[in-house]
Amino acid sequence: MNPELGGQAVSLGWLDLAIASTLLLASAALALALQLGITRSFLIAAARMTIQLLLIGQILTWLFAQASLWLTLACGAVMLLVAGYEVTSRQERQLTSGWSFLLGTGTMTLSSTLVLFLALTTQIGADPWYDPRYAIPLFGMILGNAMTGIALGLNSLTARLESDARGIEAQLLLGATRWQALRPSLRHALRSGFMPIVNSMAATGLVALPGMMTGQILAGAAPTQAVKYQLLVMFLIASATSLGVVAAVLASAWRVTDHRDRLRLDRLRS
Amino acid sequence: MAAPLLEARGLSRPGLLQVAHLSLQAGELLAISGPSGAGKSLLLRALVDLDPAEGEVFLSSLARSAQAAPAWRRQVAYVPAESGWWESDVGSHFSDPKAAAAWLPRLHLSEGAMDWSLQRLSTGERQRLALLRALLAKPKVLLLDEPTSALDDAAEAAVETLLSEFISAGGGIILVTHDTSQAARLATRSRRLEAGRLLDETPA
Repeated sequence: MNPELGGQAVSLGWLDLAIASTLLLASAALALALQLGITRSFLIAAARMTIQLLLIGQILTWLFAQASLWLTLACGAVMLLVAGYEVTSRQERQLTSGWSFLLGTGTMTLSSTLVLFLALTTQIGADPWYDPRYAIPLFGMILGNAMTGIALGLNSLTARLESDARGIEAQLLLGATRWQALRPSLRHALRSGFMPIVNSMAATGLVALPGMMTGQILAGAAPTQAVKYQLLVMFLIASATSLGVVAAVLASAWRVTDHRDRLRLDRLRS
Repeated sequence: MAAPLLEARGLSRPGLLQVAHLSLQAGELLAISGPSGAGKSLLLRALVDLDPAEGEVFLSSLARSAQAAPAWRRQVAYVPAESGWWESDVGSHFSDPKAAAAWLPRLHLSEGAMDWSLQRLSTGERQRLALLRALLAKPKVLLLDEPTSALDDAAEAAVETLLSEFISAGGGIILVTHDTSQAARLATRSRRLEAGRLLDETPA
Protein backbone atom coordinates (compact mmCIF):
# COMPACT_ATOMS: atom_id res chain seq x y z
CA MET A 1 0.00 0.00 0.00
CA ASN A 2 1.11 3.53 -0.72
CA PRO A 3 2.62 4.78 2.56
CA GLU A 4 1.16 8.29 2.12
CA LEU A 5 -2.33 6.86 2.17
CA GLY A 6 -1.77 4.23 4.84
CA GLY A 7 -3.50 4.05 8.17
CA GLN A 8 -7.00 5.34 7.59
CA ALA A 9 -8.02 3.02 4.76
CA VAL A 10 -11.12 0.91 5.30
CA SER A 11 -9.85 -2.63 5.30
CA LEU A 12 -12.29 -4.98 3.54
CA GLY A 13 -12.53 -8.59 4.70
CA TRP A 14 -13.83 -11.50 2.65
CA LEU A 15 -16.85 -11.72 4.96
CA ASP A 16 -17.79 -8.10 4.14
CA LEU A 17 -17.65 -8.90 0.43
CA ALA A 18 -19.73 -12.05 0.92
CA ILE A 19 -22.43 -10.02 2.67
CA ALA A 20 -22.44 -7.45 -0.16
CA SER A 21 -22.69 -10.22 -2.73
CA THR A 22 -25.94 -11.49 -1.17
CA LEU A 23 -27.52 -8.26 -2.42
CA LEU A 24 -26.51 -9.25 -5.93
CA LEU A 25 -27.94 -12.73 -5.42
CA ALA A 26 -31.16 -11.14 -4.20
CA SER A 27 -31.37 -9.11 -7.43
CA ALA A 28 -30.86 -12.32 -9.38
CA ALA A 29 -33.65 -13.98 -7.41
CA LEU A 30 -35.91 -11.02 -8.18
CA ALA A 31 -35.13 -11.30 -11.88
CA LEU A 32 -35.92 -15.00 -11.72
CA ALA A 33 -39.22 -14.40 -9.92
CA LEU A 34 -40.25 -11.79 -12.50
CA GLN A 35 -39.25 -14.20 -15.30
CA LEU A 36 -37.20 -11.51 -17.02
CA GLY A 37 -35.18 -14.15 -18.84
CA ILE A 38 -31.89 -12.48 -17.94
CA THR A 39 -31.12 -14.32 -14.70
CA ARG A 40 -28.67 -16.65 -16.39
CA SER A 41 -26.66 -13.99 -18.18
CA PHE A 42 -26.81 -11.78 -15.09
CA LEU A 43 -25.26 -14.50 -12.93
CA ILE A 44 -22.68 -15.46 -15.53
CA ALA A 45 -21.64 -11.80 -15.88
CA ALA A 46 -21.38 -11.45 -12.11
CA ALA A 47 -19.29 -14.62 -11.86
CA ARG A 48 -17.06 -13.45 -14.72
CA MET A 49 -16.53 -10.10 -13.06
CA THR A 50 -15.61 -11.72 -9.74
CA ILE A 51 -13.14 -14.18 -11.25
CA GLN A 52 -11.63 -11.58 -13.61
CA LEU A 53 -11.08 -9.06 -10.83
CA LEU A 54 -9.62 -11.62 -8.40
CA LEU A 55 -7.26 -12.81 -11.12
CA ILE A 56 -6.20 -9.34 -12.16
CA GLY A 57 -5.51 -8.55 -8.50
CA GLN A 58 -3.05 -11.44 -8.36
CA ILE A 59 -1.51 -10.57 -11.71
CA LEU A 60 -1.07 -6.90 -10.82
CA THR A 61 0.55 -7.76 -7.46
CA TRP A 62 3.03 -9.96 -9.27
CA LEU A 63 3.55 -7.45 -12.08
CA PHE A 64 4.19 -4.56 -9.69
CA ALA A 65 6.77 -6.62 -7.85
CA GLN A 66 8.65 -7.35 -11.10
CA ALA A 67 8.67 -3.75 -12.36
CA SER A 68 10.01 -5.00 -15.68
CA LEU A 69 9.77 -2.94 -18.86
CA TRP A 70 9.15 -5.97 -21.07
CA LEU A 71 6.47 -7.47 -18.84
CA THR A 72 4.70 -4.11 -18.66
CA LEU A 73 4.83 -3.74 -22.43
CA ALA A 74 3.56 -7.30 -22.91
CA CYS A 75 0.71 -6.61 -20.52
CA GLY A 76 -0.16 -3.44 -22.47
CA ALA A 77 -0.07 -5.38 -25.74
CA VAL A 78 -2.49 -7.99 -24.41
CA MET A 79 -4.84 -5.23 -23.24
CA LEU A 80 -4.69 -3.62 -26.71
CA LEU A 81 -5.47 -6.89 -28.47
CA VAL A 82 -8.44 -7.57 -26.21
CA ALA A 83 -9.70 -4.00 -26.73
CA GLY A 84 -9.23 -4.37 -30.50
CA TYR A 85 -11.22 -7.59 -30.47
CA GLU A 86 -13.92 -5.88 -28.40
CA VAL A 87 -14.19 -2.93 -30.85
CA THR A 88 -14.41 -5.34 -33.79
CA SER A 89 -17.06 -7.54 -32.23
CA ARG A 90 -19.24 -4.50 -31.51
CA GLN A 91 -19.47 -3.64 -35.24
CA GLU A 92 -22.67 -4.59 -36.98
CA ARG A 93 -20.91 -4.38 -40.33
CA GLN A 94 -17.17 -4.90 -40.27
CA LEU A 95 -14.65 -3.98 -42.90
CA THR A 96 -13.49 -6.99 -44.90
CA SER A 97 -10.13 -8.78 -44.50
CA GLY A 98 -9.61 -7.85 -40.87
CA TRP A 99 -9.43 -4.10 -41.52
CA SER A 100 -11.82 -3.31 -38.67
CA PHE A 101 -9.55 -5.04 -36.16
CA LEU A 102 -6.45 -3.51 -37.72
CA LEU A 103 -7.75 0.06 -37.78
CA GLY A 104 -9.47 -0.22 -34.38
CA THR A 105 -6.40 -1.63 -32.66
CA GLY A 106 -3.99 0.60 -34.55
CA THR A 107 -5.74 3.85 -33.70
CA MET A 108 -6.22 2.81 -30.06
CA THR A 109 -2.54 1.96 -29.79
CA LEU A 110 -1.57 5.27 -31.30
CA SER A 111 -3.83 7.49 -29.20
CA SER A 112 -3.65 5.65 -25.87
CA THR A 113 0.09 5.04 -25.74
CA LEU A 114 0.85 8.59 -26.86
CA VAL A 115 -1.29 10.12 -24.11
CA LEU A 116 -0.11 7.63 -21.51
CA PHE A 117 3.56 8.18 -22.29
CA LEU A 118 3.09 11.92 -22.01
CA ALA A 119 1.37 11.57 -18.64
CA LEU A 120 3.90 9.11 -17.23
CA THR A 121 6.92 11.15 -18.20
CA THR A 122 5.55 14.59 -17.24
CA GLN A 123 2.61 14.84 -14.83
CA ILE A 124 3.02 11.53 -12.99
CA GLY A 125 6.78 11.57 -13.20
CA ALA A 126 6.96 7.85 -12.49
CA ASP A 127 10.45 6.45 -11.93
CA PRO A 128 11.14 4.44 -13.98
CA TRP A 129 8.55 5.88 -16.43
CA TYR A 130 7.19 2.40 -17.15
CA ASP A 131 6.57 1.59 -13.45
CA PRO A 132 3.60 -0.78 -13.85
CA ARG A 133 1.94 0.54 -10.67
CA TYR A 134 1.13 3.73 -12.62
CA ALA A 135 1.33 2.61 -16.21
CA ILE A 136 -1.08 -0.33 -16.14
CA PRO A 137 -4.06 1.14 -14.24
CA LEU A 138 -3.84 4.41 -16.19
CA PHE A 139 -3.58 2.55 -19.46
CA GLY A 140 -6.62 0.48 -18.54
CA MET A 141 -8.73 3.55 -17.84
CA ILE A 142 -7.59 5.39 -20.97
CA LEU A 143 -8.00 2.34 -23.17
CA GLY A 144 -11.43 1.42 -21.85
CA ASN A 145 -12.82 4.85 -22.73
CA ALA A 146 -11.06 5.11 -26.08
CA MET A 147 -12.44 1.68 -26.92
CA THR A 148 -16.04 2.71 -26.22
CA GLY A 149 -15.72 5.89 -28.27
CA ILE A 150 -14.04 4.19 -31.21
CA ALA A 151 -16.53 1.31 -31.25
CA LEU A 152 -19.46 3.75 -31.31
CA GLY A 153 -17.88 6.01 -33.93
CA LEU A 154 -17.06 3.16 -36.29
CA ASN A 155 -20.42 1.50 -35.87
CA SER A 156 -22.19 4.75 -36.61
CA LEU A 157 -20.01 5.38 -39.67
CA THR A 158 -20.73 2.03 -41.33
CA ALA A 159 -24.44 2.26 -40.51
CA ARG A 160 -24.60 5.77 -41.98
CA LEU A 161 -22.67 4.85 -45.11
CA GLU A 162 -25.26 2.21 -45.92
CA SER A 163 -28.24 4.48 -45.49
CA ASP A 164 -26.50 7.53 -46.99
CA ALA A 165 -24.98 5.68 -49.95
CA ARG A 166 -27.27 7.21 -52.57
CA GLY A 167 -26.70 10.75 -51.31
CA ILE A 168 -22.94 10.19 -51.10
CA GLU A 169 -22.80 8.88 -54.66
CA ALA A 170 -24.98 11.77 -55.84
CA GLN A 171 -22.32 14.17 -54.52
CA LEU A 172 -19.52 12.16 -56.10
CA LEU A 173 -21.41 12.28 -59.40
CA LEU A 174 -21.50 16.06 -59.22
CA GLY A 175 -17.72 16.12 -58.91
CA ALA A 176 -17.25 16.06 -55.14
CA THR A 177 -14.14 14.38 -53.74
CA ARG A 178 -14.63 11.46 -51.40
CA TRP A 179 -13.92 13.65 -48.36
CA GLN A 180 -16.47 16.26 -49.44
CA ALA A 181 -19.09 13.61 -50.13
CA LEU A 182 -18.52 11.84 -46.82
CA ARG A 183 -18.62 14.99 -44.70
CA PRO A 184 -22.21 14.60 -43.39
CA SER A 185 -21.64 10.93 -42.53
CA LEU A 186 -18.27 11.69 -40.92
CA ARG A 187 -19.74 14.46 -38.82
CA HIS A 188 -22.42 12.11 -37.56
CA ALA A 189 -19.99 9.29 -36.80
CA LEU A 190 -17.60 11.60 -34.94
CA ARG A 191 -20.44 13.01 -32.89
CA SER A 192 -21.50 9.49 -31.83
CA GLY A 193 -17.93 8.64 -30.88
CA PHE A 194 -17.50 11.79 -28.79
CA MET A 195 -20.89 11.53 -27.06
CA PRO A 196 -19.95 9.23 -24.14
CA ILE A 197 -16.88 11.22 -23.12
CA VAL A 198 -18.69 14.56 -23.43
CA ASN A 199 -21.60 13.25 -21.34
CA SER A 200 -19.30 11.76 -18.77
CA MET A 201 -17.31 14.99 -18.41
CA ALA A 202 -20.51 17.01 -18.02
CA ALA A 203 -22.02 14.71 -15.39
CA THR A 204 -18.85 14.00 -13.42
CA GLY A 205 -19.02 15.43 -9.92
CA LEU A 206 -22.71 16.31 -10.14
CA VAL A 207 -24.50 13.09 -10.88
CA ALA A 208 -21.73 10.59 -10.57
CA LEU A 209 -18.61 10.44 -8.44
CA PRO A 210 -16.15 8.59 -10.64
CA GLY A 211 -15.24 5.09 -9.48
CA MET A 212 -11.55 5.85 -9.40
CA MET A 213 -12.01 8.87 -7.15
CA THR A 214 -14.46 7.06 -4.88
CA GLY A 215 -11.95 4.23 -4.52
CA GLN A 216 -9.21 6.65 -3.54
CA ILE A 217 -11.40 8.36 -0.96
CA LEU A 218 -12.51 5.04 0.52
CA ALA A 219 -8.86 4.02 0.65
CA GLY A 220 -8.17 7.09 2.81
CA ALA A 221 -7.05 9.83 0.42
CA ALA A 222 -8.09 13.44 0.99
CA PRO A 223 -10.96 14.38 -1.37
CA THR A 224 -9.07 17.35 -2.85
CA GLN A 225 -6.15 15.08 -3.68
CA ALA A 226 -8.50 12.48 -5.16
CA VAL A 227 -10.14 15.21 -7.26
CA LYS A 228 -6.79 16.26 -8.71
CA TYR A 229 -6.04 12.69 -9.74
CA GLN A 230 -9.52 12.34 -11.21
CA LEU A 231 -9.08 15.52 -13.24
CA LEU A 232 -5.77 14.29 -14.58
CA VAL A 233 -7.36 10.97 -15.51
CA MET A 234 -10.32 12.68 -17.21
CA PHE A 235 -8.00 14.92 -19.23
CA LEU A 236 -6.02 11.89 -20.35
CA ILE A 237 -9.14 9.90 -21.15
CA ALA A 238 -10.76 12.74 -23.07
CA SER A 239 -7.68 13.46 -25.17
CA ALA A 240 -6.98 9.80 -25.94
CA THR A 241 -10.63 9.19 -26.84
CA SER A 242 -10.85 12.24 -29.11
CA LEU A 243 -7.62 11.41 -30.88
CA GLY A 244 -8.60 7.74 -31.20
CA VAL A 245 -12.13 8.42 -32.47
CA VAL A 246 -10.98 10.93 -35.09
CA ALA A 247 -8.18 8.66 -36.29
CA ALA A 248 -10.36 5.53 -36.39
CA VAL A 249 -13.28 7.19 -38.18
CA LEU A 250 -11.07 8.92 -40.77
CA ALA A 251 -9.04 5.75 -41.38
CA SER A 252 -12.21 3.72 -41.91
CA ALA A 253 -13.63 6.37 -44.22
CA TRP A 254 -10.40 6.17 -46.20
CA ARG A 255 -10.79 2.38 -46.40
CA VAL A 256 -14.43 2.39 -47.63
CA THR A 257 -13.53 4.78 -50.44
CA ASP A 258 -10.73 4.55 -52.98
CA HIS A 259 -8.25 6.70 -54.88
CA ARG A 260 -10.75 7.24 -57.72
CA ASP A 261 -13.19 8.80 -55.24
CA ARG A 262 -15.59 5.86 -55.27
CA LEU A 263 -17.70 4.61 -52.40
CA ARG A 264 -16.62 0.99 -51.85
CA LEU A 265 -19.39 -0.64 -49.84
CA ASP A 266 -18.06 -3.95 -51.18
CA ARG A 267 -15.34 -3.51 -48.56
CA LEU A 268 -17.95 -3.91 -45.82
CA ARG A 269 -18.89 -7.40 -44.75
CA SER A 270 -22.62 -8.01 -45.07
CA MET B 1 -15.21 10.95 -88.97
CA ALA B 2 -14.07 13.16 -86.12
CA ALA B 3 -12.71 11.62 -82.93
CA PRO B 4 -15.59 10.37 -80.82
CA LEU B 5 -16.80 12.54 -77.94
CA LEU B 6 -16.87 9.51 -75.66
CA GLU B 7 -15.22 6.19 -76.35
CA ALA B 8 -14.84 3.05 -74.23
CA ARG B 9 -12.47 0.19 -75.02
CA GLY B 10 -12.48 -3.19 -73.33
CA LEU B 11 -14.66 -2.02 -70.47
CA SER B 12 -15.39 -5.04 -68.30
CA ARG B 13 -16.19 -6.37 -64.88
CA PRO B 14 -15.66 -10.12 -64.53
CA GLY B 15 -18.96 -11.97 -64.78
CA LEU B 16 -21.01 -8.77 -64.86
CA LEU B 17 -20.15 -6.60 -67.83
CA GLN B 18 -18.38 -7.04 -71.16
CA VAL B 19 -18.13 -4.05 -73.50
CA ALA B 20 -15.63 -4.48 -76.31
CA HIS B 21 -16.15 -1.06 -77.81
CA LEU B 22 -18.55 1.82 -77.42
CA SER B 23 -18.40 5.22 -79.03
CA LEU B 24 -20.54 8.32 -79.01
CA GLN B 25 -20.16 11.31 -81.32
CA ALA B 26 -20.94 14.88 -80.36
CA GLY B 27 -24.60 15.57 -81.09
CA GLU B 28 -25.56 11.92 -80.82
CA LEU B 29 -27.99 10.13 -78.55
CA LEU B 30 -27.24 6.44 -78.13
CA ALA B 31 -30.17 4.48 -76.73
CA ILE B 32 -29.37 1.32 -74.80
CA SER B 33 -32.07 -1.24 -74.19
CA GLY B 34 -32.15 -4.70 -72.71
CA PRO B 35 -33.88 -6.85 -70.13
CA SER B 36 -33.83 -5.98 -66.43
CA GLY B 37 -30.63 -7.14 -64.77
CA ALA B 38 -28.69 -7.17 -68.05
CA GLY B 39 -26.24 -4.64 -66.61
CA LYS B 40 -27.47 -1.36 -68.11
CA SER B 41 -26.97 0.57 -64.88
CA LEU B 42 -23.63 -1.20 -64.30
CA LEU B 43 -22.50 0.01 -67.73
CA LEU B 44 -23.32 3.63 -66.89
CA ARG B 45 -21.65 3.30 -63.48
CA ALA B 46 -18.54 1.86 -65.12
CA LEU B 47 -18.44 4.72 -67.65
CA VAL B 48 -18.59 7.33 -64.90
CA ASP B 49 -16.01 5.45 -62.80
CA LEU B 50 -18.28 4.74 -59.86
CA ASP B 51 -17.32 1.05 -59.79
CA PRO B 52 -13.85 -0.38 -60.43
CA ALA B 53 -13.70 -1.82 -63.95
CA GLU B 54 -11.11 -2.96 -66.46
CA GLY B 55 -10.55 -1.04 -69.67
CA GLU B 56 -10.18 2.58 -70.65
CA VAL B 57 -12.62 5.38 -71.42
CA PHE B 58 -11.76 8.50 -73.43
CA LEU B 59 -13.42 11.89 -73.61
CA SER B 60 -12.39 13.73 -76.79
CA SER B 61 -9.40 11.35 -76.96
CA LEU B 62 -8.27 12.18 -73.42
CA ALA B 63 -7.90 9.07 -71.27
CA ARG B 64 -9.92 8.92 -68.08
CA SER B 65 -7.04 7.38 -66.14
CA ALA B 66 -5.03 10.54 -66.74
CA GLN B 67 -7.64 12.70 -65.01
CA ALA B 68 -8.85 12.93 -61.42
CA ALA B 69 -12.16 11.16 -60.91
CA PRO B 70 -14.10 14.27 -59.75
CA ALA B 71 -12.95 16.18 -62.86
CA TRP B 72 -14.07 13.26 -65.05
CA ARG B 73 -17.51 13.13 -63.44
CA ARG B 74 -18.03 16.85 -63.94
CA GLN B 75 -17.68 16.27 -67.69
CA VAL B 76 -19.38 12.89 -67.94
CA ALA B 77 -22.49 13.25 -65.80
CA TYR B 78 -24.52 10.24 -64.72
CA VAL B 79 -28.09 10.60 -63.48
CA PRO B 80 -29.13 7.33 -61.81
CA ALA B 81 -32.69 5.98 -61.99
CA GLU B 82 -33.10 6.72 -58.29
CA SER B 83 -31.77 10.13 -57.38
CA GLY B 84 -29.69 10.79 -54.28
CA TRP B 85 -30.00 13.73 -51.86
CA TRP B 86 -28.03 14.68 -48.79
CA GLU B 87 -29.52 17.91 -47.39
CA SER B 88 -33.03 18.52 -46.11
CA ASP B 89 -34.06 21.23 -48.58
CA VAL B 90 -33.98 21.31 -52.37
CA GLY B 91 -31.95 24.51 -52.85
CA SER B 92 -28.91 23.23 -50.90
CA HIS B 93 -28.32 20.64 -53.61
CA PHE B 94 -27.69 23.30 -56.24
CA SER B 95 -24.55 25.40 -56.44
CA ASP B 96 -26.63 28.35 -57.68
CA PRO B 97 -30.27 27.92 -56.55
CA LYS B 98 -31.31 31.27 -58.14
CA ALA B 99 -30.10 30.24 -61.56
CA ALA B 100 -31.67 26.82 -61.11
CA ALA B 101 -35.05 28.36 -60.19
CA ALA B 102 -35.22 30.01 -63.61
CA TRP B 103 -35.22 26.57 -65.23
CA LEU B 104 -38.02 25.10 -63.14
CA PRO B 105 -40.97 26.17 -65.34
CA ARG B 106 -39.34 24.53 -68.34
CA LEU B 107 -39.48 21.23 -66.45
CA HIS B 108 -43.10 21.80 -65.39
CA LEU B 109 -41.98 22.41 -61.81
CA SER B 110 -43.22 25.15 -59.53
CA GLU B 111 -40.95 28.20 -59.30
CA GLY B 112 -40.84 27.96 -55.51
CA ALA B 113 -39.45 24.43 -55.56
CA MET B 114 -35.96 25.55 -54.53
CA ASP B 115 -37.30 26.42 -51.06
CA TRP B 116 -39.17 23.16 -50.58
CA SER B 117 -38.14 20.53 -48.12
CA LEU B 118 -36.99 17.33 -49.75
CA GLN B 119 -39.67 15.26 -48.08
CA ARG B 120 -42.53 16.84 -49.99
CA LEU B 121 -41.06 15.97 -53.39
CA SER B 122 -42.72 13.27 -55.46
CA THR B 123 -40.61 10.70 -57.31
CA GLY B 124 -41.22 12.52 -60.57
CA GLU B 125 -40.19 15.88 -59.09
CA ARG B 126 -37.00 14.34 -57.73
CA GLN B 127 -36.28 12.83 -61.11
CA ARG B 128 -36.53 16.18 -62.91
CA LEU B 129 -34.59 18.06 -60.22
CA ALA B 130 -31.77 15.50 -60.35
CA LEU B 131 -31.57 15.91 -64.13
CA LEU B 132 -31.54 19.69 -63.81
CA ARG B 133 -28.80 19.49 -61.16
CA ALA B 134 -26.64 17.49 -63.58
CA LEU B 135 -27.42 19.72 -66.60
CA LEU B 136 -26.56 22.94 -64.78
CA ALA B 137 -23.04 21.63 -64.12
CA LYS B 138 -22.60 21.85 -67.93
CA PRO B 139 -21.26 18.35 -68.64
CA LYS B 140 -20.15 17.27 -72.12
CA VAL B 141 -21.83 13.88 -71.90
CA LEU B 142 -25.00 12.84 -70.07
CA LEU B 143 -25.57 9.24 -68.99
CA LEU B 144 -29.25 8.85 -68.20
CA ASP B 145 -30.94 5.88 -66.59
CA GLU B 146 -34.71 5.87 -67.27
CA PRO B 147 -34.95 9.68 -66.87
CA THR B 148 -38.70 9.90 -67.49
CA SER B 149 -39.97 6.70 -65.83
CA ALA B 150 -42.03 8.56 -63.22
CA LEU B 151 -43.28 11.44 -65.39
CA ASP B 152 -46.62 12.21 -67.02
CA ASP B 153 -46.75 12.86 -70.76
CA ALA B 154 -46.40 16.65 -70.53
CA ALA B 155 -43.40 16.51 -68.18
CA GLU B 156 -41.85 13.77 -70.29
CA ALA B 157 -42.17 15.92 -73.41
CA ALA B 158 -40.56 18.83 -71.56
CA VAL B 159 -37.60 16.68 -70.53
CA GLU B 160 -37.22 15.31 -74.06
CA THR B 161 -37.11 18.86 -75.42
CA LEU B 162 -34.28 19.71 -73.01
CA LEU B 163 -32.38 16.59 -74.03
CA SER B 164 -32.77 17.44 -77.72
CA GLU B 165 -31.42 20.92 -77.04
CA PHE B 166 -28.48 19.43 -75.17
CA ILE B 167 -27.41 17.28 -78.14
CA SER B 168 -28.09 20.05 -80.66
CA ALA B 169 -25.60 22.14 -78.71
CA GLY B 170 -22.94 19.49 -79.25
CA GLY B 171 -23.43 17.32 -76.21
CA GLY B 172 -23.75 13.55 -76.26
CA ILE B 173 -26.23 11.37 -74.42
CA ILE B 174 -26.34 7.69 -73.58
CA LEU B 175 -29.89 6.88 -72.66
CA VAL B 176 -30.94 3.68 -70.95
CA THR B 177 -34.64 3.19 -71.52
CA HIS B 178 -37.32 0.53 -71.61
CA ASP B 179 -39.54 2.85 -73.59
CA THR B 180 -39.11 1.91 -77.27
CA SER B 181 -41.15 4.86 -78.51
CA GLN B 182 -38.94 7.26 -76.53
CA ALA B 183 -35.86 5.62 -78.03
CA ALA B 184 -37.42 5.98 -81.50
CA ARG B 185 -38.17 9.67 -80.91
CA LEU B 186 -34.75 10.63 -79.58
CA ALA B 187 -32.07 8.14 -80.55
CA THR B 188 -29.52 8.59 -83.28
CA ARG B 189 -28.40 5.01 -82.74
CA SER B 190 -29.49 2.06 -80.58
CA ARG B 191 -27.68 -0.85 -79.04
CA ARG B 192 -28.84 -3.76 -76.90
CA LEU B 193 -27.24 -5.04 -73.72
CA GLU B 194 -27.91 -8.68 -72.89
CA ALA B 195 -26.48 -10.63 -69.95
CA GLY B 196 -23.76 -8.03 -69.50
CA ARG B 197 -22.67 -8.03 -73.17
CA LEU B 198 -23.16 -4.97 -75.33
CA LEU B 199 -24.35 -6.27 -78.72
CA ASP B 200 -23.47 -4.73 -82.07
CA GLU B 201 -25.38 -1.87 -83.54
CA THR B 202 -29.00 -2.24 -84.56
CA PRO B 203 -30.41 0.26 -87.09
CA ALA B 204 -32.17 3.02 -85.17
